[in-house]
Amino acid sequence: MDKIIIEHLSLQYSDGTESLRDVSLGIREKAVTVLFGPAGGGKSTLLRCLNRLNDLTEVKTSAGRILIDGENILDPKTDVIALRRKVGMVFARPVVLPLSIRGNLTYGLELAGEKRKSKLDEAVERSLKLAALWDEVKERLDDPAIALSGGQQQRLCLARSLALQPEIILLDEPTSGLDPISTGKVEAALQELKKEYTIVLVPHSVQQAGRTADYAAFFLQGELVEYGEGKAMFTSPKEKRTEDYVTGRFG
Amino acid sequence: MKRLFTLNRHLTERLGFSLITLMAVLTVVPIIGTVIYILAQGGHAISWEFLSGFPHDGMRAGGILPAIIGTFYLTIGTAIFSVPLGIAAAIYLSEYAADNRWTRLIRISIINLAGIPSVVYGLFGLGLFVLFLRFGTSILAASLTLSIMTLPVIISTSEEALRAVPQSFRTVSISLGATRWQTIRRIVLKEALPGILTGVILGLERAAGETAPILFTGAAFFLPRLPHSPLDATMALPYHLFVISTQVPNMPIQIQYGTALVLLVFVLTMNVIATVIRSRARARRQW
Ligand SMILES: Nc1ncnc2c1ncn2[C@@H]1O[C@H](COP(=O)(O)OP(=O)(O)OP(=O)(O)O)[C@@H](O)[C@H]1O
Ligand SMILES: [Mg+2]
Repeated sequence: MDKIIIEHLSLQYSDGTESLRDVSLGIREKAVTVLFGPAGGGKSTLLRCLNRLNDLTEVKTSAGRILIDGENILDPKTDVIALRRKVGMVFARPVVLPLSIRGNLTYGLELAGEKRKSKLDEAVERSLKLAALWDEVKERLDDPAIALSGGQQQRLCLARSLALQPEIILLDEPTSGLDPISTGKVEAALQELKKEYTIVLVPHSVQQAGRTADYAAFFLQGELVEYGEGKAMFTSPKEKRTEDYVTGRFG
Repeated sequence: MKRLFTLNRHLTERLGFSLITLMAVLTVVPIIGTVIYILAQGGHAISWEFLSGFPHDGMRAGGILPAIIGTFYLTIGTAIFSVPLGIAAAIYLSEYAADNRWTRLIRISIINLAGIPSVVYGLFGLGLFVLFLRFGTSILAASLTLSIMTLPVIISTSEEALRAVPQSFRTVSISLGATRWQTIRRIVLKEALPGILTGVILGLERAAGETAPILFTGAAFFLPRLPHSPLDATMALPYHLFVISTQVPNMPIQIQYGTALVLLVFVLTMNVIATVIRSRARARRQW
């Protein structure tokens, strides 16, 4: 079943860059969908549309619809706060808030009005376990989060969005700054998470796309070139441009 | 030959360094000299009676308590008006205002306001607060005048402190379902607070040491009692110093320097507090 349906989405930034051009795409529930392609293809832009984070940047025009569970989230009447709790995001560079490890994890929940300590503790433990970080930090939850290693910080960021019990998780090159072992941990966590969550991932390499994708969408200069099952896409792409990119002839 | 050349370069570098060090020392010498001189001249004027007594014999004897308390009141009064307003303005400029002509105009005005001579603020305060709003020559009018003078400093340092907080914190906070205001309150302000406090203290310090803005708006030449209300005039350290240095004949010199010393300590203490806050925060900062 499609969790997210994107219909004829176009977006132009105020400097005139046309970052998405008539993109239509259905994103499957409880699966990993990767958005891949060369730099500037509009992957991050699309991701930021899905939780309306583009509201923070200067967008000149946008057209089309994005339906999540049947509701158009681009509608001005959408409750963006609720949307962002439902659609979590992990960024390329791990940005831990200047709080403790625990403080990072409970931040969103506290803002959502959760005050009960038992609930917060439960969320901390659950989300850290899901992000495969619990064993490494359970003894020092009150230490500043900045003291963690880069790989741990990134998993903390993943845990932080999981703490809000979202339904969708967006990850924008979450492993671009990580070593292979940390990358492996994040990828393994994603394989677990997709049983419960809808995951949209912008991978940091074609290899990672191949390893993680249940479904894959290839973006080139704002255009969705090809979309289909991950395996098929990386073994026998239908489009010449996809094939060139996957086999490393450009990009 | 080559050896000589490197030796030469080494020498030049040493020479350059020495020169810079010398200049640094030269700039510090007058400051330290002033402090030592005032300390030497005024040190023995300091006594419990001087700090806690009222002036008498035409201010040629006794203490300077009303001036100390007056400066204290004026500083507090200035803080009451300028701190909330200044921080609010800085938050508006840094977090909410769009980057357009209007905002740029505001910013340029603030920078220019900071350059206006303090006596002009004094005249403005006289016109607006003392006469037009009928606050009279009072702590209230003087505090408001000092606030207007202090605001540009507080606004620009606070805005700078807010802007220094990484944008990514805001983005992350918003993506976790925070509103803009929640993000500012819980993350941005908290991180910018040391910088804001430094600006606030530097601004207030200037207010505490100024004579011209309070000259027409709230300072009393001689008031042998403590002020009763914000609508009372008050003695103040800088103005008192001016008065006893220029307006009173046969003034014992150590009283002048004693007063200067008290003012200096008052202002330097604030400065030290600001420095401590800043360096502590810098050590703790995580970005
Ligand atoms: N905030 C912005 N303002 C103006 N233009 C932007 C902004 N963000 C992105 N763009 C432009 O939109 C286009 C798509 O950018 P986007 O970041 O979505 O690409 P991407 O596929 O994520 O690339 P990368 O692989 O480099 O991350 C680019 O041409 C980029 O310059
Ligand atoms: Mg990107």
